[in-house]
Amino acid sequence: MSSQTTVTQNTTSGKSGDKVFKGLAYGAGIMILVALAAVTLFLLVRAMPLLTGSQKANEDTIVSFTGGQAHNFLQYVGPLVFGTILISALALLLAFPISVGIALFISHYAPRKLSTALSYVVDLLAAIPSVIYGLWGGIVLVPHITGFWKWVAQYLGWIPLFKGPAADPSRTVGTVSVVLAVMILPIITSVARDIFLQAPRLQQEAALAMGATKWEMIKLAVLPFGRSGLISASMLGLGRALGETMAVLMILSPGMSYSVKLLQASQNQSIAANIAAQFPEANDLGVSTLIATGLVLFLITFLVNFIARKITEKARA
Amino acid sequence: MSDSHPTIDFDKFKPTRSYIAARKRKDWTMRVFIIAAFVIALIPLVSVLWTTISSGVARLNLNFLSYNMSGVVGGNATPSGGYGGIVHAIIGTLLVTLGSMIISIPLGLMCAVYLVEYSHNGGLARAIGLLVDVMSGIPSIVAGLFAYALFNTLVGPGTVNGFVGSVALSLLMIPTVVKTSEEMLKIVPNDLREAAYALGVTKQRTITKIVLRTALPGIVSGVILAIARVIGETAPLLIAAGFISTTNLNLFSGRMTTLPVYVYQEYSQGLATCSATALQATPPCLPQIRMERAWAAALVLIIIVLLLNLIGRLVAKLFAVKTEN
Amino acid sequence: MRNNALIRSVAAISGFAMLAALAACGDNTSATSSSSASTSATASISGEFAGAGASSQQSAVEAWIAGFADKQPDAKISYDPSGSGAGVSTFLTGSTVWAGSDAAMTSDQVSQSKSVCATGTAFDVPVYISPIAIVYNLKSAGLNGTSKHLNLDGETIAKIFDGKITKWNDSAIAKMNPDAKLPDLAITVVHRSDKSGTTKNFVSYIKDTADAAWPYEVGENWPNNVGQGAKGTSGVITTVNQAEGTIGYADASQAGSLGTAAVKVGDDYVPYSADAAAKVVDASPKDDTATQKNRVVIKIDHNTTESGAYPVVLVSYDIACPAYKTAKNGEFAKQWLTYVVSEEGQKTAADSAGSAPMSASLRADVMKSINAIKTK
Repeated sequence: MSSQTTVTQNTTSGKSGDKVFKGLAYGAGIMILVALAAVTLFLLVRAMPLLTGSQKANEDTIVSFTGGQAHNFLQYVGPLVFGTILISALALLLAFPISVGIALFISHYAPRKLSTALSYVVDLLAAIPSVIYGLWGGIVLVPHITGFWKWVAQYLGWIPLFKGPAADPSRTVGTVSVVLAVMILPIITSVARDIFLQAPRLQQEAALAMGATKWEMIKLAVLPFGRSGLISASMLGLGRALGETMAVLMILSPGMSYSVKLLQASQNQSIAANIAAQFPEANDLGVSTLIATGLVLFLITFLVNFIARKITEKARA
Repeated sequence: MSDSHPTIDFDKFKPTRSYIAARKRKDWTMRVFIIAAFVIALIPLVSVLWTTISSGVARLNLNFLSYNMSGVVGGNATPSGGYGGIVHAIIGTLLVTLGSMIISIPLGLMCAVYLVEYSHNGGLARAIGLLVDVMSGIPSIVAGLFAYALFNTLVGPGTVNGFVGSVALSLLMIPTVVKTSEEMLKIVPNDLREAAYALGVTKQRTITKIVLRTALPGIVSGVILAIARVIGETAPLLIAAGFISTTNLNLFSGRMTTLPVYVYQEYSQGLATCSATALQATPPCLPQIRMERAWAAALVLIIIVLLLNLIGRLVAKLFAVKTEN
Repeated sequence: MRNNALIRSVAAISGFAMLAALAACGDNTSATSSSSASTSATASISGEFAGAGASSQQSAVEAWIAGFADKQPDAKISYDPSGSGAGVSTFLTGSTVWAGSDAAMTSDQVSQSKSVCATGTAFDVPVYISPIAIVYNLKSAGLNGTSKHLNLDGETIAKIFDGKITKWNDSAIAKMNPDAKLPDLAITVVHRSDKSGTTKNFVSYIKDTADAAWPYEVGENWPNNVGQGAKGTSGVITTVNQAEGTIGYADASQAGSLGTAAVKVGDDYVPYSADAAAKVVDASPKDDTATQKNRVVIKIDHNTTESGAYPVVLVSYDIACPAYKTAKNGEFAKQWLTYVVSEEGQKTAADSAGSAPMSASLRADVMKSINAIKTK
């Protein structure tokens, strides 16, 4: 008799526990929505004075931020958006082929026993904090890479991108892109590696049996399989590069122009680094202006991640 | 009769020698490129690690790990014979990270439970999945600005403390926690759930006692990797948590120095001023002391991050869910 | 079960106790703290006092905090070098006792301060004077070093920093330096990339002395795209050190082994020094637009002809209230500022931050404002 009552008690308490737990899980899911909405909302609220406040005061703030080179928000944020995208796109351009190479090396070239160890080594790159990359880039890399950029400017200077004279020391978009490329390498590599390892074995063996060379086999049976995955991996890497602050802040000599001269100093600046550089000395309206540029950066990364997600979804379907 | 059966000249389809050579060359070129890619990636890694270790090891000693920066004047030695230290930054880093763990682990875990166990892949789940992806792309400085804006609006202007930093970091941590937990919950075999339901166990109990317990090692290692990711963040904490030279144990009041911010601040201050007499004193005044402290703190930071990574991987490996049997 | 809970709570309590012990354990206490505290005649204060603001003052404030601890060991002072702008904003919210700022307050800010001060409006007083060195790297030409100076006048400096003079052996530079062997090397200008009071003071020197050669407004951000920008003083110094032919400006204490320019004053060329910087501050008038009560704002006379004065200086202020809502804060602010501008305080800063000690007459001026702080 007694055992029966405990069982019923258990099930009722279990049922209410069930409901509470389900509620908690739902709540957590909804909290994600709330959190993102809050991010947008609070950034918008703090950026509001820019729209509603006195336009004269806004202009003064922006003029003081740029030393008179921009007079309204669009003039201010335009070159920043351009610089952000230029630096990250270059970093992606540099990192992508190398990441794919490393991923192939780990998945198809290196001996099996070595490959796990090698992927740990690449992951080490991801473990190093960005402030240390900034220190290293500014103090070690800049003096060492200046000679190389001078060489590039001398022999490839006819390409507008590499127009000389190369800045000395080379605190340029070119150098920063190299550092950012190193920082996003492990992100792209780890995704690419997983995809390559999942490529169907049978097709690869069939290709080899037909007499294909190893590279032909990879081109026929591995790369096509991973195309959408590679694109979304690059988007992830791009997203990381877009938001990188410390490395850009500590290395780049910034400027406010739409130039693509990668080897000259004081050409471009990224939004994130600009916020970090201006925030400490900004007054209330200045903070609002910076938060507005942060909102723009948020929208850009939102778009990039959204596209990445759509691409993977399409591939899955 | 014989001409009605055309003989096929198979030699026509035979690849020419130069074609085979070209294929071989291409294969060889790609092999070289792929190996070169790996070697190129090693150069910065080795260089960063070498620079940090060789510049940081000089100042890294017990004194450096057991004192804070209060009472440290210029490049002069402190009464204890050291040149200031990072105990306040280590404590700050631990507290701020702990704060963000307390926020993001339950939230992220429950969100993953919702996605895997309750959502049945409905519209809300798809929206959440998408937003988690978007969230994982939030630039860290935007997270810092958000936390700053949130507390300035809700608590009062000028609110800068460790907890503001925790909120900023948790925004960066939640998506990683959700994603890894989701993956781990997904690979828990369905047989386990069905067996539990068949025995009349409630859903809540099935999840907490069976599913989560099975997935626990994977989740723990995912969480550790997420911590390793945020513990090195500088930009948001510069805005949200501030900088002081003394030890602060209260997460909710007063500024709090963290290791990455400490590295940045020491670098930013440049040379220390030493008077002529102080240069001759024993222990002497060191003009370069701030760079030395910055590198030593950077070394400590790297060691902490690497240890966390290692622990995360070990946990994952030792207690991995055996899905095959 | 109960036993278990007991053990756990004991463990938790001892854990907290250890944490609390850790908090104090990290402090580097000065050896002389207890002895001099008893001899102090002023009212003893205790508690936590926070300031925030200019990062230029950071080294000096660290030294002041250490020196003040000898007098008031129970006062726990913290300073966040978050920047002048952030420092003043924070002060105006009432969450800090004082602010350090490279710029004097605007009249808007002064009127805003009514809400945080118990009575009256906040005031600013100079506490930290630092010469700004014009540093260059001409190592191979043998022009680097603490005793080596290139002579430059305001107009040449303006043209160099505006990219109009692009070679080190330009006739304008050579004319002023007949003895130096100037190399045929391109000039790379290095300026601050962040918003900074150093930039503002440097640019206003150029604007005042060479208006015609400097078409830009005076502001805290660098106005043109000439040369390279670097984050913070350390960034500028690192960049100048990394390549020859570079020229930049930075707090003089950071110049290290780089060459520094001697600036034309009257008919002479004056290299930077603490005394020379203090001299120009003494020779400069007060800013007559800062009319609010107790304010001491100096308008540096960059065109001074006072012999031996070095006109490129940064004057950094402390901002405080004449009366605080918490009496303890008033007592602290008064004692703190009194110490900071005292001969002892100024010497401490000079030793550990390379600043220029304020002259006796300026200190006397400033003390009038500080004495007006109500402590009851």
